[in-house]
Amino acid sequence: MGMTLTEKILARKSRKKCVIPGDTVLADVDVLMTHDVCGPGTIGIMKKEFGDDARVWRSDGVVVIPDHYIFTADAKSNRNVDSLRSFAREQDLRYFYDVGNGNGDQWRYNTAAGPLKAQFGCSYAGVCHVVLAEKGHTRPGEILIGTDSHTCTAGAFGQFATGVGNTDAAFVMGTGKILLRVPRTLLFHLEGALPPGVMAKDLILHIIGEIGFDGATYQAMEFCGPGLSCLSMEERMTIANMGVEAGGKNAIFAVDDVTCEYVDRQMREHGVDVNYDVLESDSDAGYAHKFHISLDTIEPTVALHPNPGNRSLARECGDIAIDRAYIGSCTGGKLEDFLAFAHTLGDRQASVETFGVPATVDVVRKLKETPLGNTTVWDRLCDAGVIMTENAGCAACLGGPTDTFGRVNRELTCISTTNRNFPGRMGHADARIHLASPRTVAASAIAGHIADPRDYM
Amino acid sequence: MSEIILGKVYVVKDDIDTDQIIPAEHLSLVPTIASEYRELGSHALCGLPVSEYPQRFVEATQHDSEYVIIIAGRNFGCGSSREHAPIALGAAGARAIVAESYARIFFRNCVATGAVYPMEGEYRLCDHFETGDVVQLNIASGELRAVGSSAAYPLRPLGDVQEIVDSGGLFNYARSRGLISKERLCHDRAI
Ligand code: SF4
Repeated sequence: MGMTLTEKILARKSRKKCVIPGDTVLADVDVLMTHDVCGPGTIGIMKKEFGDDARVWRSDGVVVIPDHYIFTADAKSNRNVDSLRSFAREQDLRYFYDVGNGNGDQWRYNTAAGPLKAQFGCSYAGVCHVVLAEKGHTRPGEILIGTDSHTCTAGAFGQFATGVGNTDAAFVMGTGKILLRVPRTLLFHLEGALPPGVMAKDLILHIIGEIGFDGATYQAMEFCGPGLSCLSMEERMTIANMGVEAGGKNAIFAVDDVTCEYVDRQMREHGVDVNYDVLESDSDAGYAHKFHISLDTIEPTVALHPNPGNRSLARECGDIAIDRAYIGSCTGGKLEDFLAFAHTLGDRQASVETFGVPATVDVVRKLKETPLGNTTVWDRLCDAGVIMTENAGCAACLGGPTDTFGRVNRELTCISTTNRNFPGRMGHADARIHLASPRTVAASAIAGHIADPRDYM
Repeated sequence: MSEIILGKVYVVKDDIDTDQIIPAEHLSLVPTIASEYRELGSHALCGLPVSEYPQRFVEATQHDSEYVIIIAGRNFGCGSSREHAPIALGAAGARAIVAESYARIFFRNCVATGAVYPMEGEYRLCDHFETGDVVQLNIASGELRAVGSSAAYPLRPLGDVQEIVDSGGLFNYARSRGLISKERLCHDRAI
């Protein structure tokens, strides 16, 4: 029998002709990503296990992206970024997107200057999963391991990408290898195109609602079919990002011209010179289950508090009032997310407190450059009452230290473009978080309750 | 793995995510720093809503839990990849979890760190026990029984990862299998 895309990558990277689900392989890792929350612990384990003078297996294989607890006065969080910096210098890491200017100098958040104006230096980039793609670190056929559950985002590029904890990551750091059990694959065959007002986020919330938020546990989620052609790379990233919200080990997309164009462009722009292999699933590959999804039938979808599988349709939730709207994160804070959000807002005002946190510095720059009417997207959002920060990062997506921008510090009801809504996720344990697409969040911000963006087109 | 664990259980229901096991505001604590490891333990399971779980896993002002086994429902540990989660449970004194099922990364982190045994019951045990019950968990024979009762609840075999769990975690396993050198070493001698 043939192999799925995931099986092919795992076979090739463990130098085997063939693998089947359930096999355990010791695979070569192409890129290991870590950030400020899990990096220091990973480094601690690496030194403990391999020795204080141990070196990483490849100095351009480890990509370090501080992004979680950056714009905060919290001393331990600041210290953690400092320890990433010393490690990057000690190991001569080629890819360290430091918060400052990348010259090794210490950087500190200035509380007095406030959260809105840019405080970072020229080497800072933003949220790891989006930065990996922007900077040319995500490539078809490769294995990417990250100390973050949403590492599965990179599966959008036809690679095997999954999140692990510090101990596994420390093993990769020292050896360049990882033990992986070959997962079974669920196939999602997409047909048609998403209707106007409907986004990739709606599709993945629909799927998680369908299979349950542990419905893909231990399994790969493969996306293919003619429907891919209407999905941009950013939209594919949104879908792959939330694979872990269904419990998936990895999400993976078939590679097409859209993928290769994106990857080649980002590598060229950022001086990354790596050859990658485009692999595809065999026609006789074995799947644990096949789902056929007609994109035309998807509607604006929300995941109501308290988990990403608690699905509802936006049009059926008009009676749910909201106190706050939030657009940001690796799932919903990319350029296209903000453009769609701004488009739905039109010339209307947000009627509830609304926070905007671009995922990356690049998104900030592009929002300021992109014209909209006689202004820019950035200025339009600010005029509409959205409190926009230039300090790209994870911000309130996972709560964070209490001084984090946009953190839900009270028992609010918030609609958000992020990916998780477990109790306490955005801060207060008794806050209610509903997840939706950037368009649905914009419509809801205007209405003051959950609203269907198709009514605001 | 000849271990027998005797002590009180702490019982939780379905879908306990990593934010409830160790809320994100404590993630600036680095588990490899001894004092911060202790502090992580003091916050273990503090994200559980007080309304549903009035009996806390670790009492305020304490570092250690009086419970050595956690009995859980489905999908325990869903959410983030933070290794702080199993580490916090272990640091508080928990030795094992017996859940109906686990989220993948949490399970993997239990195995890799050796912080707690991640066991699965053949049945849904969180409906059979109450917080404070005293049980005996026999890891080798794979059964859990309430002390003073003859009823034994079977556990599922760990399968492939049994060997890693037996070795006490990923690095011990890798050394015992010759995947990395027995000594602490530089990477050029590894694999
Ligand atoms: S934006 Fe949110 S989900 Fe994405 S990496 Fe940051 S904390 Fe995690």
